Amino acid sequence: MTEAPLVEIRKLRVDFPNPAGFTQAVRGISFSLGREKLGIVGESGSGKSVTGRALMRLLPGSARVQAEALRFDGIDVLAASERQMRRLRGGRIGLIMQDPKYSLNPVMTVGRQIAEAWLAHNKGGKREAREAALSLLEQVRIRDPLRVLDSYPHEVSGGMGQRVMIAMMLAPNPDMLIADEPTSALDASVQAEILKLIEELVSARGMGLMLISHDLPLVSRFCDRVVVMYAGQVMEELPARDLHRARHAYTRGLLDCMPSLSVPRPRLPTLNRDPAWLEPKR
Amino acid sequence: MIEVQHLNVHFGHNQVVHEVSFQVAPGETFGLVGESGSGKSTVLRTIAGLVPGWDGGLAVNGKTLGPKRDRAFFKSVQMVFQDPYGSLHPRQTVDRILAEPLAVHGIPDAETRITRALEEVALPRAARFRYPHQLSGGQRQRVAIARALIANPSVLLLDEPTSALDVSVQAEVLNLLADLREARQLTCILVSHNLAVIGHLCGRLAVMQGGRIVEIVSQAQLRDGTARHPHTRELIALSHELEG
Repeated sequence: MTEAPLVEIRKLRVDFPNPAGFTQAVRGISFSLGREKLGIVGESGSGKSVTGRALMRLLPGSARVQAEALRFDGIDVLAASERQMRRLRGGRIGLIMQDPKYSLNPVMTVGRQIAEAWLAHNKGGKREAREAALSLLEQVRIRDPLRVLDSYPHEVSGGMGQRVMIAMMLAPNPDMLIADEPTSALDASVQAEILKLIEELVSARGMGLMLISHDLPLVSRFCDRVVVMYAGQVMEELPARDLHRARHAYTRGLLDCMPSLSVPRPRLPTLNRDPAWLEPKR
Repeated sequence: MIEVQHLNVHFGHNQVVHEVSFQVAPGETFGLVGESGSGKSTVLRTIAGLVPGWDGGLAVNGKTLGPKRDRAFFKSVQMVFQDPYGSLHPRQTVDRILAEPLAVHGIPDAETRITRALEEVALPRAARFRYPHQLSGGQRQRVAIARALIANPSVLLLDEPTSALDVSVQAEVLNLLADLREARQLTCILVSHNLAVIGHLCGRLAVMQGGRIVEIVSQAQLRDGTARHPHTRELIALSHELEG
């Protein structure tokens, strides 16, 4: 394995135009990612999804993206040609989104959608693609892969739909997965199963994982490192196992506001948003 | 206050709720927990009168419910749905959204009631003439709660009210629900897949699986681990595991 990180982000800024000027969605964040599992945690609007999308250059044309460095495996994402980007997107970086109900094509069978993903980045015929799809469904541990192969998305459950999404993203054999709130639309029990599956597949294939979520304890169980974001900046970066030793007030607040089964409290502490968190960091 | 007896619900030939029975006392918050497809939301929607094709006994406020509900029922029983993005009319302002139940039930004094409702759910005055897309997720759920409460109901049915929200906003909404229930002496049924959320607000809860109630346990039983049914134990173990 080479020492150069898979992803290098230095001083990334993303601004969206608004009638009065620009809204700063991401304000100068830096981190790097090797073939490891990195969690990016924050509330909605903290810029965590925008960061993932900037790396795949999937933001709308009106967005202004600036960075000292935004590299994937040595490729400068800001300067890459559209042709290079097409090979990156899906081919080398897979993106799993929140709700399989909206991200799967409702009028195409599951098998054909996975085969399409496979065909887009592999050489082979329809038959091979179908076989690849079947094998991928087995890898994401769908019990009856032959039946699911010919099902439409509305005929499978939410958890199964998310497994299908994962199978589709694995089809081109990518180096990295970006999972953007992959389990927020799912039940607690299915959530754990899906995250375990993602974690195992990522470890077995030696991929890098960027897991984006608002659920801090959940993320920390499945990741090596956690980056905590607030209002477009990184508040704290720490090893997942040291989460309970987090120092930043925001991280502590996020941990504290979850209702707990073992420690009942009449009221939940809410976040006191310190204006100092908004100050530009150096 | 709410009585459910031997409730069965069919969707076509498919029976999705089997022999569900429970009672909720006035002022109590009762929880329904289970995985998706366990029938918990269907039970709630059947009580609300949103599901045809059920049999068994349903009574709210001592009145037996038939397949059709009268206006008084809809005034006293209100529901809050999971997704505040989907449950608010996108082309109506908050003011219009809150005025609607008042018009439907012929309640006078809309002006002061709307102002008071917004205060009650801690929304800024400026939110009154905004559209849902101009509000954050937590603010939208506050609007949905204000809409449910504006007709002064005695029963509040909550279907996953915080599942679509950030954990930090979830805490605020859960606190708000706890305060309102206290102030208005509301009887609530809360449906969620998150056992920690249910355990936080509910004194008693029913665990559902495959359309059946497998066990009704108290908050205390949930905590001291005396729940007996294997599925309840599974859910408790999972919840502890996720807390880390």
